[in-house]
Amino acid sequence: MKHSLSRFLSDYGMIFVLLLLCAFFSVATYSEQSPAGEAAAKQVISAIQQQFGKTPRVLVAASDQPGDTAFAASIERELAASGGQVLKTVRGQPKEAREALAKINAAGGKLDAIACTQVTGAWLLFSDLKTDFPALGEPRVITPRSYRWPNFLKSENMLNIANQIAVIAIVAVGMTMVIITGGIDLSVGSLLALSAVLTAGFIRDFAGGVNASFGGMLLACVAAITLCGIIGAFSGAMITRFAIPPFIVTLAMMLVGSGLAYILAKGQSIYQIPDSFVWLGRGADLMSLPNAVVLMLVLYALAHVLMSRMKLGRYLYAVGGNSEAARLSGVPVKRVLMFAYIASALLAGLGGVIMASQLKSGSATYGNMYELYVIAAVVVGGTSLSGGEGKMLGTLTGAFTIAVIQNGMNLTNVESYTQKVVLGLVILGAVLLDKIRHAR
Amino acid sequence: MSAAEPLLEMRGIVKSFPGVQALRGVDLSLRTGEVLALLGENGAGKSTLMKVLGGAHRADEGTLSIDGRVTPFDSPLDSRNAGVAVIYQEFNLVPGLTAVENIFLGQEVTRAGFVARKQERERAAALFKRLGVEIDLDVPCRRLTTAQQQLVEIAKALAFDARIIVMDEPSAALTSHEVERLFEIIRDLKRHGIGIIYISHRLDEVFTVADCVTVLRDGRNVGERPVAQITRNQMIELMVGRELKDEFPARAVTLGAPRLEVSGLRRGRAVRDVSFAVRRGEILALTGLVGAGRTETARLIFGADPREAGEIRLDGNVLALRSPQDAIAAGIGLLTEDRKLQGLVLRHSVRENFGLPNLTWLSRRGFVQLGQERTHFARYVDQLRIKVPNQEQRAGNLSGGNQQKVVLAKWLARNCDVLIFDEPTRGIDVGAKYEIYLLLNELAAAGKAIVMISSELPEVLGMADRILVMHEGRVTGEIADARRATQEQIMQLAVA
Repeated sequence: MKHSLSRFLSDYGMIFVLLLLCAFFSVATYSEQSPAGEAAAKQVISAIQQQFGKTPRVLVAASDQPGDTAFAASIERELAASGGQVLKTVRGQPKEAREALAKINAAGGKLDAIACTQVTGAWLLFSDLKTDFPALGEPRVITPRSYRWPNFLKSENMLNIANQIAVIAIVAVGMTMVIITGGIDLSVGSLLALSAVLTAGFIRDFAGGVNASFGGMLLACVAAITLCGIIGAFSGAMITRFAIPPFIVTLAMMLVGSGLAYILAKGQSIYQIPDSFVWLGRGADLMSLPNAVVLMLVLYALAHVLMSRMKLGRYLYAVGGNSEAARLSGVPVKRVLMFAYIASALLAGLGGVIMASQLKSGSATYGNMYELYVIAAVVVGGTSLSGGEGKMLGTLTGAFTIAVIQNGMNLTNVESYTQKVVLGLVILGAVLLDKIRHAR
Repeated sequence: MSAAEPLLEMRGIVKSFPGVQALRGVDLSLRTGEVLALLGENGAGKSTLMKVLGGAHRADEGTLSIDGRVTPFDSPLDSRNAGVAVIYQEFNLVPGLTAVENIFLGQEVTRAGFVARKQERERAAALFKRLGVEIDLDVPCRRLTTAQQQLVEIAKALAFDARIIVMDEPSAALTSHEVERLFEIIRDLKRHGIGIIYISHRLDEVFTVADCVTVLRDGRNVGERPVAQITRNQMIELMVGRELKDEFPARAVTLGAPRLEVSGLRRGRAVRDVSFAVRRGEILALTGLVGAGRTETARLIFGADPREAGEIRLDGNVLALRSPQDAIAAGIGLLTEDRKLQGLVLRHSVRENFGLPNLTWLSRRGFVQLGQERTHFARYVDQLRIKVPNQEQRAGNLSGGNQQKVVLAKWLARNCDVLIFDEPTRGIDVGAKYEIYLLLNELAAAGKAIVMISSELPEVLGMADRILVMHEGRVTGEIADARRATQEQIMQLAVA
């Protein structure tokens, strides 16, 4: 028991670093929160009903900000359902509220409460209702209560982090396999751009552009990913057949892939894509989780099973741990390496499709420097560049660590140049931690 | 030729490594202008002794004197300052640098901090002229032939006025013509008063070039004679020396039909036309000196290296082996000599190492049956008495004997028909050795064909049913009745 715990710690120690970072940014972004939309409406309604029973007479005052639409609509609906009466809903400026109040006042109607957001509750006009509109009978201004909560921990922010890192994390699945075999794949960033350009180009040229059907878009994506896979197979063949170091082969493919992307896109961005194409990158179908994040989680689950439970996974580790010993034990080393490079390229292709979907366009500038972020995620996740060691879930942790640091620094208003410096040091620190832990 | 004071005097040199006592008090003395042949079986301590002289290892006890003065030999630099140059079998040249750059590496001729290239070139040219050879001074050393690289090493030694030159198996990779020229150079060096320590397995050469011999056995010197007063057979007796003890389990042999037959195996200079057969239930020993081509032959049979020619049959069927994967699928297993580099993934757990060749049958639809893997491995841990705290222990943390047992376990579980053991007991203590011998006997009794590559002659004599001796890539002799063979008989064939 004690043994397995220490093993878990050494395998997933980075999780604790990640949690620590989350705690830090939570404290750093702890601040006043004002509820908005339906949450605010709920609070206001329950306060009104507590004070004035089931049938209050209410004026709703909301600003013309988009978030307030839900607030106003929700209050109208809820109060009507429970038998209350919304005399008027004001959307806009204090002037309009004054007119509404004057009207009610002139008609001699009573008013129990004015349901406000935090913004409208502060309007000066509400401060002296007794003298201004005596006929109303001292209505109470009800505003939602503010509370304190870290900006970092808000659910929108957490989803935002997951969504931003999804592409890098997905590409990192393939990179982890490659690095575990003792190799490296520098071409993923370029393949990502190439795939985005190909996808967008195929949709524009062959699937009918903005009127493309679902089947057409699907075919375009599959074709783009497949082409990336073929480039991965080419890299793998160069590495296994001619024993050229992976660094060199994939460096060459990085240039080739990027160049091809620029040629195909003619240096421009391809945007003749139907609106429905953003489903993959921006949609959120399952329990309000973004689709890209769901896809990422599914891929990690599959890859984890592959690496820890399947023969192929065992072979990937063995090739990286000692390729000669693996070969002499009957492991088909070349085929295993081919698999790793093809998988990496396919996942880079998929990353490109997701990015094209997120941005609803394809451009050769996508994925610039991504190979380095992807490698950083893998390495921060505890995978050794010398091969044979590493965990798929470690990479996920690594990707999130990077995302959390970037997001946290954005929230705390650290400027982007400083962010780079910090991120670089964090990567170094993470690997150093790993070394120290292994030296023990 | 005899000077009063010995040039080099090594006294009572002791050196031990964890678990092994490599040198147990060796004496050696070398006079100026003398060629001393250092002889001994593999593992007798020759290399260790020369590494002490070269400053690569530090002696635990004992002294080294140059011209009668005790001198520290704590680092390669000390050794060089004392005038010692060691030319290792794998040369110490930087492949990408030219001959001139290599010769003056670490002793560059400089003027005001800049390398005086012209001066270096002239001196290098003069050195090669003295050696009577012509070498292109401008090509990187990797483009030179083996013989030329050796000459660069000798020139490098002369460039810092070495007075003692150690040559470790200098003729191993040379053609007979090149060897002749090497001997001329050695004679010339002698005339200049340089002392030479010459290590070789080729006894003929010893008689040609050496003045006296020192024989090591088990880390001790067992004889020092002038060459004129010793015969070839006496040398071999001194080298082999020890008596056969009862360290091998007895076994009843029942030989069946031929199981593995190889004919005409060929690959470069390492394996030249090797043919033999092993029968069911037979243990065939493949012996010879290091570099005789035994391991290379095994690798060809196992598909680890591509063969240029030759046929491999298993139970009469010709096998088209192109990789170890094919060989294993056909039922051939190879337990490599170098466990750390070729046998185990040291950073992975012993269980994972055990599983590696067995995953083909330990997995269903691509998924490893972890439970099965654990159960099977646990059985072998018991059977072979492998000392591991648990199955997740890293292979690299085990002792040599336990590592070898893990390798054994992984191949036993594979249930091969033919098993090739390359130096199965190297670096293993006596108790574990006996267990491995028992296992070899059991496997043979179960009808498997066993090929045992071994340099330890007592082991060969004690375990084998039949002995093949190799020399320079060829089978130079077969001893059909291993029970009646002697070590001398084998050595005669091995140094043919």
